[in-house]
Amino acid sequence: MSAAASAAAGDWLPAAEVTESGRPVLTAGEVERHLVAQADLEPEESPRLSPLRGRLLVLTSHRLILLHDATRSARAIPLAAVVHAYPPHRRHGNNPLRSIFSSSSSSSSSSSHHPRVRLQISLPPARSEVVAVVVTGKGDAADVFYGRLLEAVRARAWEMVAVSAAAATTAPGGGGSLGAQGAAPVVEDLAIRMPVVGVSGILRMEQEAWESAGQNLQDAFQDLNALMSKAKEMMELAEKMRQKLLTNSSAQSNSNDEEMGSKQDMQDWLLSVGIVSPVTKETAGALYHQQLSRQLADYIRTPLEKAGGMMALVDVYCLYNRARGTELISPEDLLQACSLWEKFDVPVMLRKFDSGVKVIQTKTHSDDEVFARISSLAQKEDALHKGISPSDAAFTLGIAPALAKEHLLNAESIGILCRDVSPDGLRFYINLFNEIDRQNIYLAKTHGIYHTWISVTPASSQ
Amino acid sequence: MENNKLKRLGDFELPDFFNYPPFFTLQPVRATSEMQMRVWKELILDYCRSQRIYIISLDQDFPLFCNPAIERSLSREAKEAFLSALVTEGRAEWMDRDHTRCLILWRRIQDWADYILNFVKENGSEFVSTVEEIRSGVETRETELAGIDPGVLLRAVKLLEQKGKAVVFKGNSTDDEGIKFSV
Repeated sequence: MSAAASAAAGDWLPAAEVTESGRPVLTAGEVERHLVAQADLEPEESPRLSPLRGRLLVLTSHRLILLHDATRSARAIPLAAVVHAYPPHRRHGNNPLRSIFSSSSSSSSSSSHHPRVRLQISLPPARSEVVAVVVTGKGDAADVFYGRLLEAVRARAWEMVAVSAAAATTAPGGGGSLGAQGAAPVVEDLAIRMPVVGVSGILRMEQEAWESAGQNLQDAFQDLNALMSKAKEMMELAEKMRQKLLTNSSAQSNSNDEEMGSKQDMQDWLLSVGIVSPVTKETAGALYHQQLSRQLADYIRTPLEKAGGMMALVDVYCLYNRARGTELISPEDLLQACSLWEKFDVPVMLRKFDSGVKVIQTKTHSDDEVFARISSLAQKEDALHKGISPSDAAFTLGIAPALAKEHLLNAESIGILCRDVSPDGLRFYINLFNEIDRQNIYLAKTHGIYHTWISVTPASSQ
Repeated sequence: MENNKLKRLGDFELPDFFNYPPFFTLQPVRATSEMQMRVWKELILDYCRSQRIYIISLDQDFPLFCNPAIERSLSREAKEAFLSALVTEGRAEWMDRDHTRCLILWRRIQDWADYILNFVKENGSEFVSTVEEIRSGVETRETELAGIDPGVLLRAVKLLEQKGKAVVFKGNSTDDEGIKFSV
């Protein structure tokens, strides 16, 4: 299927915005709930509607998004349009035992063996459709997805925006609870100004405080639900590990042992206990790291520009975790995420200097431009006298001292500057060694930087 | 910070970059350090030639290696690096294994031999003297042979001996050699 054709597929669904790094653009208060790496969406009632194949499925609190990475395009079904969701259906029949041992290879292109989650949706203008979401993945991926979908549909998060917005304007401490995860978006678009004077004002304030408290409780229970489903997953994992150990002794052919055999599954399970999956040439690691990588690329663009196109990795780590608020990432996660950028087409890159300092810089960052600024700084009168220290450069260039030192060392290595070591510390001067005449080292040039330097530094006759 | 310039050492006129602080720091970047080394080599030779200095001792202060006006001086490592560069070029020789004393050949031994030969020719073709006399005697006072390092002188004369222009023999005192020139 050509890229254009697949992008056009699904145009019977509303389009969804995608960031430059291939992540869906979430609205205020919208939070991710579940990800499925590969899924299809098949219309079952109307044959003239085109199916979507091989999409990244993102279930959020508000929508079901199907993202096509190659074209960076996406379609979305608002959860509000889901009238009914049917539990997953398999061609083999609903045999729970079979689901543990069923094939989990995701390389199979035919969707006939994969469970289907049917949805009855109502699309404007008053049209009802039945579509099936075909989830590829390990045995009960479809069940997990179905469970999350139900939770999200029942939670009706899209209706709570008005309440929390009003709560935010009247109770600054308690509102905005929906925005606690992710990058703390500000809920401002539906702020309704209500009169706060008089008895009716007091009553209204009471009412809103009560509603926001109710909202907080609901959120707390959602977190609890998430915790409980995680605990359930852990138990299943432990059970499977135990079964694996039990059946390990008997010599079985490995081709059918796909329950634990496939590398992808192993990575996912290891990840669920917090072990980082390594990025190798064959795989880009778990889906988690891929999404993290893209999210990080999106987030870091603004701070990066403010910092002049380059930031130390430690600063990024602090900033990003602070923005996340909860679900902090470890330094290993951050490194993994950055190293994945090579595989995607994102506008930022990880760079390691000779001294070992790691930085993140925009791809458009130009070393030459920095060198030009350093060079002109080094030719100012003060600098000709006493040179520049890393903190001088940091102050003038407006960047962190560690980064400034890297730039100075870089400039030295290409011959723009040279160093001066003294009890005052390490300082850099504009490189005049290039200006010395090779034929006559005593020649005082009458123009150029050497001449400027001579004339600027005062002489005392000896 | 007061910024003065040192313009000369004795009667030797210093170049401007002698007051450039990085000049006294051994540069790590190869292209820059090559230029720095080239300049220092030339400066050392010129200075020693003008002041008739034959030996540099690293354990003692050498006026060329520091500039009090800008409060900079060469590190031991830098001094050794520059002198070793001269040695590699054949313009100097380490006198000991620890690299504490260095003989500076601002005129090569061969060129000294030629110089002596010239001097002898101008003062009569038969000439008998001793090393000490040539070094500090009346006849050589106005020449560059005055104060020449005895070791250098002897080696130059030995070169002439190989060409048959001179003969070295034991002189009157035990540590002084006699030389008979015949050009």
